[in-house]
Amino acid sequence: MPSPIERYFGVHASALELRQQRMTLIASNIANAATPNYKARDIDFSAALSRAQPGGPLATTAPGHIAAPATPGAGGLAYRVPLNPSVDGNTVELVTEQAAFGENAVKYQSTLAFLNGRIGQILSALKGE
Amino acid sequence: MTVFEIAGRAMGAQIVRLNAIASNLANAGTQSADKATAYRALKPVFATSFDRARADRATVDVERMAVTTAEPTRRYEPGHPLADKDGYLWEAAVDPTEELVEMVETSRQYSNCVEVMQTAKTLMSQTLKLGR
Repeated sequence: MPSPIERYFGVHASALELRQQRMTLIASNIANAATPNYKARDIDFSAALSRAQPGGPLATTAPGHIAAPATPGAGGLAYRVPLNPSVDGNTVELVTEQAAFGENAVKYQSTLAFLNGRIGQILSALKGE
Repeated sequence: MTVFEIAGRAMGAQIVRLNAIASNLANAGTQSADKATAYRALKPVFATSFDRARADRATVDVERMAVTTAEPTRRYEPGHPLADKDGYLWEAAVDPTEELVEMVETSRQYSNCVEVMQTAKTLMSQTLKLGR
């Protein structure tokens, strides 16, 4: 059972953690851009986030409910499909990784902004100003 | 393993590669009396190093230092003091063009790692200021 504070922050707390995980993962890909046979990996962010929710992914509780489609790599990590396969078996494409890293960093910052907003609300309620 | 460790170790590996390239370029064109002692370009072999605790984290290490499979070139220079009785000597197995291309790639990858570290640092310090 999540604490009231956890409930108050809602999805943003787990989103921040997942963003941090994804940043580390993409950093691993960038670090291995020149390693032979390294296969670039990534996570399906929305699938991972729905798993991290207290309710988990959409549950089917009545016969009429339609099950949510299973996403590929729903277990977490999935391999990236390269645009141009290379001779040394490495599937890291720096442009893709850099774009993903930048996108992830911006979304991390937006999650931080949401959290800051929530904290600001609590503080103003506490101060009663 | 944190982002800093991942990027830091990758930068270390790239520096090893840059040092090897510097040695190769410095020795390009060196001559030798026999084939066995002629200089052969050094090539670092990279290997992924996975985090033992977390499967989704990996960095890179230099596994070993190999030498190029290219053979030294035999050159006819009868007046050279190192030349054998037939007037031949051996020139280092280094392709300067290849080394220069590799140098550019190394430097690009190094700066990518720096960029990753800088972004991670910014995000971390913003997280520390959360709620202020």
